[in-house]
Amino acid sequence: MSDTQSNTIRFVAQTQIPPAPPPASETGPVKWMRENLFSSIPNAILSVISVAIIVYAVVSIAPWFIHSVWVADSLAQCREIDTGACFAVINERFNQFIFGFYPSDAYWRPILAFLLLIVAAAPVLASHLPRRLLAFTAAYPMLCYFLIFGGSIWGPLLVMASFPLAFYVFRFVNDHGGPLGGLLAAAVALIVWLMFIVDPLSGLIADLIPIGLPRVETRLVGGFLLTLIIGIVGIAGSFPIGILLALGRQSGLFIVKTICVGFIEFIRGVPLITLLFVASTLLNYFLPPGTNFDLLVRVLILVVLFASAYMAEVIRGGLAALPKGQYEAADALGLDYWMATRLIIMPQALKISIPGIVNTFIGLFKDTTLVSVIAMFDPLGVIAPIRADQNWNGIVWELYGFVALFFFICCFGMSRYSQYLERKLKTDHR
Amino acid sequence: MQKSVFFGTIAAAGLLAGMASAATLEDVKARGTLNCGVATGVPGFAFTDASGEWDGFDVAVCRAVAAAVLGDGKKVNFVPTTGKTRFTALASGEVDMLARNTTWTYSRDVDLKFTFVGVNYYDGQGFMVRKDLGVTSAKELDGATVCIQTGTTTELNLADYFRINGMSYEPVPIETNAEAQQKYLANACDVYTTDASGLAATRATFETPADHIILPEIISKEPLGPLVRQGDDQWADIVRWTFNALVIAEELGVTSANVVEMSKAPTNNPEINRMLGTEGEYGAMMGLDKEWAVKAIAAGGNYGEIFERNIGEKTPIGLARGLNAQWTQGGLLYAPPFR
Repeated sequence: MSDTQSNTIRFVAQTQIPPAPPPASETGPVKWMRENLFSSIPNAILSVISVAIIVYAVVSIAPWFIHSVWVADSLAQCREIDTGACFAVINERFNQFIFGFYPSDAYWRPILAFLLLIVAAAPVLASHLPRRLLAFTAAYPMLCYFLIFGGSIWGPLLVMASFPLAFYVFRFVNDHGGPLGGLLAAAVALIVWLMFIVDPLSGLIADLIPIGLPRVETRLVGGFLLTLIIGIVGIAGSFPIGILLALGRQSGLFIVKTICVGFIEFIRGVPLITLLFVASTLLNYFLPPGTNFDLLVRVLILVVLFASAYMAEVIRGGLAALPKGQYEAADALGLDYWMATRLIIMPQALKISIPGIVNTFIGLFKDTTLVSVIAMFDPLGVIAPIRADQNWNGIVWELYGFVALFFFICCFGMSRYSQYLERKLKTDHR
Repeated sequence: MQKSVFFGTIAAAGLLAGMASAATLEDVKARGTLNCGVATGVPGFAFTDASGEWDGFDVAVCRAVAAAVLGDGKKVNFVPTTGKTRFTALASGEVDMLARNTTWTYSRDVDLKFTFVGVNYYDGQGFMVRKDLGVTSAKELDGATVCIQTGTTTELNLADYFRINGMSYEPVPIETNAEAQQKYLANACDVYTTDASGLAATRATFETPADHIILPEIISKEPLGPLVRQGDDQWADIVRWTFNALVIAEELGVTSANVVEMSKAPTNNPEINRMLGTEGEYGAMMGLDKEWAVKAIAAGGNYGEIFERNIGEKTPIGLARGLNAQWTQGGLLYAPPFR
C-alpha cells in the first residue's frame, strides 16, 4: 500500500495481524479426541469403557506373546523354557502348513507356480498393464497344473491346444454353415479332442520326447497351497460361469432359462458340505473303481459349481439394477445381443455388483476349510495330525491363531482390493 | 441308442465294480502300494511327524500289511479318513483296509458288510476327574457335571451307567476332544468321559497331569480293530494273519531286532519256524511269499514293540498294557495257533 493512504484512512490496519495458532481445543489430537471420542456424554462413557476393554485385552494377552517360545522340540520343552505361547510348533511344522505333505525336494515347484500366479493375475487385476500379458494369463492354468502336479508336459500342452483348435473349427464351419453349426462343431471337436485324442497322443509324444517333472499325487497337496488352489480355481471358474448363468436366467429362450434357474436353485438349496460329501463318497459308488477320478478334481468341480450359482445371483442383482433405458439404448444403437451385453450391460452391471462379488469370493475362500471334513489337509486339516503328535498334543491357540492370521490377511487383502476397484470405477451417477 | 449306450456303460461299470472288489491282493500287487485308511489324527494312534511321515499304533498295522504283501513297509498310501468318510472309503474301494480305531460292533460287521479281522486295542469308556474333588470311584459321581461328546456311543453308555446306578448327572455337550480339554480345564465340568486311551492321551498334555486322576471303572467295551470289505476272504485272511503274526511274535519273543537272525535257519521252536517260513509253505497258502511274516515284523516290530513305542508307559501318553497284554500275562491278546 502507498504512504498517502496510510495517513488518510486511519481505521484501516496498516499491517496484517499475524495469524495466531488455533486454540488448543481446535487442533491436533485434542480436537480429534473431542470430536470422535468425547462429543457427548454417552459417547464419552462408551469411549472410556472401550479403551478399558482394549487395555485389559492387551495386558492379558501381551505376556502370552512376550513369553512365547520359538525353538523347542515338544510342548513339554516349551513349558520348561517359558510360560507363554509355544510357537515352536509353527516353526517346526511350517512347511506342513504351507505345502501339506508335498515332497520337500520339490517345494520350488509350488513356489514358482505362486510367483507366476502373481504375473498371471497382474494384468487381470490392474488394467494399466499391457494387454499382451493376458496371453500368459490364459496359458497359466495348464502351466500351474504342470508345475504343481508334474507328469509329462505334453498332456497340459495338448489340452491348451484345444482352444485354438475349437476356435478354428468354429471359424471354418461358421463360414460354411452358420454360427449354430459352428458352435456345435467346435463343441464336438473339443469333446473328441479332450476325451479321445489328448491321452493317447500325449503318451505317444512323451515316449518320443520325454519332457516332464516327477508326478506328485494330489493327496499330498495340502496346507495353504491347497487353500489357494481351491480358492483361486473356485474364484476364477465361478466368475465366468456365474455371468453366463445370470444371463441365461434372464434369457428369453425357454430351455436355457429353465436349465439355468433349475441349476441355480438346486445348488443354492444344498449346503456346500453336502456337495463335498457327494464328491468324496457318492461319486466313488457311481464311477467304476478303475477310473482314477481324482478327489481334488471332484472337489474343485463342485466348488466351482457351488460358487457360480451364488455368483449368478449376485450378478443378476447388478443386471436388475440397470435402468431399462440402458437395454433399450443398446438396442437402438443396433447392437446385437452379445455386443450389447459386452459393451453396455455387463460393464455397468458388474460395477454395481462389485461388493457382492467380492463378498462371494471371500465367502468361498473361507469355505475351502470345509474340505477338512472329507479328510483333505487344508490348514485346518493339517492341525489334526499335528495335535495328535505326542510332542505337540495339547496345543490349540497357537495353531488355530496362525491359520486365522493367514485367512485374515487374504480376506482383508481381497476386501481392500475391491474398495480400490470401486473407487477407480466410480462414475458418479449421484 | 444314446440312452442304451449310457445304461450299458453304467451296467459295465457296475460289473467291473463287482469284479474288482474280489481280488484285492492282485490289485494291491499290481498297484505296488497299499491304500490304507487311517484317522486324520488321534494321539498315539495316527499322527504325522515333522517330515510329514505317518506314524502311530494304527498306522503300524498298515505298515505291517504292506511289508507282508509288498515287502516294504513304506509302500503305503495313507488315506486319512474322518469318522464320517471312513466306511464309504472302504466300501467304495478307495482304500484296501481301514486301521482307524474303529469299534467292532454288530451292525458294522453285519449290516455295513465289513469284516473285522481282529482287535488291536481293547478300549473302554472311563472317567477323568480333578484330584482335589476327592473322588476315587465313578460310583461317587452323583450330581456331577459331565463333559460328553455328543452323538457318540459314549453319550449313550454314560446315560445307561448313571441310570443303572441310580445317580443323576448334568451333561455339558461338546463337539471335539480339543474342546473337551478346554472346558474341563476351565472347570466347566467336574468329569470328562471318553475312551480310556483318549483320557490318558488328554491328561498327558496337561501342564500338571498329576492333579488329575482316571477313575478305575471302565463302563463299556470298545474293541478297536482293523477291518476290510466283506466278500474277499483271501484279503481278510492276509490282514488277519499279519496282525496275528505280530501278536504271536511277541508271545514267542520274536522282535524286530532278532527276526532276521531267526529266519535264517530253523530254530528249536517249530511255531516260530512255521511263521517265519523256515519250515513248510505257509505263506503260499494265502498267496504271499515265505518271508511275509519276517518282513511284517521287521517293519515295525512285534505287537509289544509297537505298543511301547507309540502309546506305552514310556511315551507321554503312558498307557499300561492292561487288557491289551498277552493272554499269558492276564490280558486278552490271544492269537490262534500258527499251524
